[in-house]
Amino acid sequence: MKKDIIISGVGGQGILTIATVIGTAALSEGLELKQAEVHGMSQRGGDVQSHLRLSSTIIASDLIPEGKADIIISVEPLESLRYVEMLDKKNGWLITSMNPFKNIMDYPPVEDILNTIWEMPHYVTIDADRVAKEMGSIKAANIVVLGAASPFLDIDYKSLEAAVTSVFSRKGKDMVLLNLKALKAGRDYAQERT
Amino acid sequence: MQKLLLLGDEAIAQGAIDAGISAVYAYPGTPSTEITEYIQASKDAAEKKIKSQWSANEKTAMETAIGMSYAGKKSLVCMKHVGLNVAADPFINSAVTGANGGLVVLSADDPSMHSSQNEQDSRFYGKFALIPVMEPSNQQEAYDMTRYAFILSEKYGTPVLIRVTTRLAHSRAGVIRTEALAQNEMKLPSDTQQFVLLPAIARRQYKTLLSKQEKFEEDAAHSGFNKLIDGKDKSVGIVACGIAYNYLLENYEGGKVPHPTLKVGQYPIPARMAGKLYEMVDEVLVLEEGYPIFEELLRGYLNKGKTVRGRMDGSVPRDGELNPNIVGRALGLPVSEGFEIPSVLKGRPPQLCQGCSHTDSFTALNEALQPYSRGRVLSDIGCYTLSALPPLQSINSCVDMGASITMAIGAADAGLFPVVAAIGDSTFTHSGITGLLDAVNQKAPITVLLNDNATTGMTGGQDSSAFEKVDDIVRGVGVEEAHIRIITPLRRNHEENVKVFQEELEYKGVSVIIARRECIQTLARRMKLKALEKRQETTMV
Repeated sequence: MKKDIIISGVGGQGILTIATVIGTAALSEGLELKQAEVHGMSQRGGDVQSHLRLSSTIIASDLIPEGKADIIISVEPLESLRYVEMLDKKNGWLITSMNPFKNIMDYPPVEDILNTIWEMPHYVTIDADRVAKEMGSIKAANIVVLGAASPFLDIDYKSLEAAVTSVFSRKGKDMVLLNLKALKAGRDYAQERT
Repeated sequence: MQKLLLLGDEAIAQGAIDAGISAVYAYPGTPSTEITEYIQASKDAAEKKIKSQWSANEKTAMETAIGMSYAGKKSLVCMKHVGLNVAADPFINSAVTGANGGLVVLSADDPSMHSSQNEQDSRFYGKFALIPVMEPSNQQEAYDMTRYAFILSEKYGTPVLIRVTTRLAHSRAGVIRTEALAQNEMKLPSDTQQFVLLPAIARRQYKTLLSKQEKFEEDAAHSGFNKLIDGKDKSVGIVACGIAYNYLLENYEGGKVPHPTLKVGQYPIPARMAGKLYEMVDEVLVLEEGYPIFEELLRGYLNKGKTVRGRMDGSVPRDGELNPNIVGRALGLPVSEGFEIPSVLKGRPPQLCQGCSHTDSFTALNEALQPYSRGRVLSDIGCYTLSALPPLQSINSCVDMGASITMAIGAADAGLFPVVAAIGDSTFTHSGITGLLDAVNQKAPITVLLNDNATTGMTGGQDSSAFEKVDDIVRGVGVEEAHIRIITPLRRNHEENVKVFQEELEYKGVSVIIARRECIQTLARRMKLKALEKRQETTMV
């Protein structure tokens, strides 16, 4: 088993939480893992990304080679396009939230962004903010996106649920329940559409 | 022992704890910050009473560590690459004094300048100081080498430099710990003159350092961190330093490299190993994350030997960090490509947070400077450096820690008036105080904007040495009371803040405007923690 995943978004949108949940689940399944993160300057409202590599054998590089990523998971549509150079042209999936985070003057029209994504061979676009709100709070939008990516991860869904429970347990029962519901809702959405 | 999932930085921290350090001394700087933060949060470190408070700057950190080494205990000093410039004086001289207790210096380089103003290669400093350098390729080696660096330091009585780069510092993988070494008891050096670098003694000490060079190379041949691995295809031999080794392996199925390879993790690189590789192959490809240091040595100034490829002949780009594709191309392998970046994509540079005090400070400053020509704000290093970008576009320089005030003095000497120096509280105590003293002594006509947000913001909100001390320091340095102005940078105070700037810009002496409001990130963190504590209390009831 090998899964190379790019997780992207804007600083502060919770991409490291997605990486931590997948990482926790992967470790529980006995997989090898490497996860390169962005710290420092770019965290301030800029683009951020994490390279998450899972494998049943030893992983050499901390960075995914260009054209070899199996999945891009993005919590922001413009950011999902920033790393398409990394995506496997034949089998790569792009999973992204449709909700723009506009903190730059020249943010392109959202329709243009979505039309570009919809030209990709394999994609899931989800209104994660709306789905998260329906589940109880917009805060869980990142986990909704993770849910939408979950059918493509090759990780047992039960392991992902256990990981969400352990990662959010520090924040109380309500947060655990909210995020478990968000995970499920995102997953259902993706499974209905693919 | 248990397997931990650690960042490269955290693996170094755990390695130092397990090597028996009694202290870590550091100033925050990306990508090195997480080392000290890990030790500060470690229960293990707390039980061992490992000191881990932030120092005022890298020079004070380095000197404090030399003091601990003098007294016989082990300590780690951490900084980013440009921090080593600040600490260069004590660092270079510590090689001449030698170490008593284990002394290990960690410098984290930032090739591609993700969060830095240059991409200098710290291995040069190791060579400059004539001391051993360790360069791990992965998280496990980061742990193992840190532990080993302390053993090496005490074995040869020398400081040891560990060099990592951003990717390893900020990437996580599994690390297995080994048995912890004991902390040292206090023990002064047997030679009471060892640390007295008077010329006569320094000459003797320097000869001692030179006499250790052969042993350093010998150690690097036997420690196991340098490996010569044979390969069938002798058309090219590869030297892979540090993390470059991973990118090399990534290019071959199962990591099976068909060429003879010298994996480098400890310097000086043993001439015997490099020579053996050189002899058995037609040409050599050198893969280094950073400057072409070894490549230049191997090809020689006249480049008359076998073909040596790398950054100098363009096989690898001359600047920037490596990645698997760059290495693949240098090897002439077919390299995979993804989709083309679509034209709809726009850049998203970092920016000041919503509600940041710096935005209000610079908005007021911009307005006060409206009547004058542009180019009057010399700035410093911190979050407020982002005010160089739109929409604020307030500042005109960022060179090194503390350069704002001193550059303003120089520009004023050249006739620029009014001129502003913009500096943060933590940068001010790092390297700004002496510059302000110069300004006061020379009665320089400059206006200093001191952004006091009570933290070291850019690196994630570490404690600032300036906390609740700024006013007293400014007063103590000799700035006139009437020209120390304290403002609260908030939108609703805009008009009155503009007026303060206008008044002080016209003053032909040193004025300091202290713009004081807490960083909204640390404020939010405090509030969250408070709420969490409150909830815990109620659940306990």
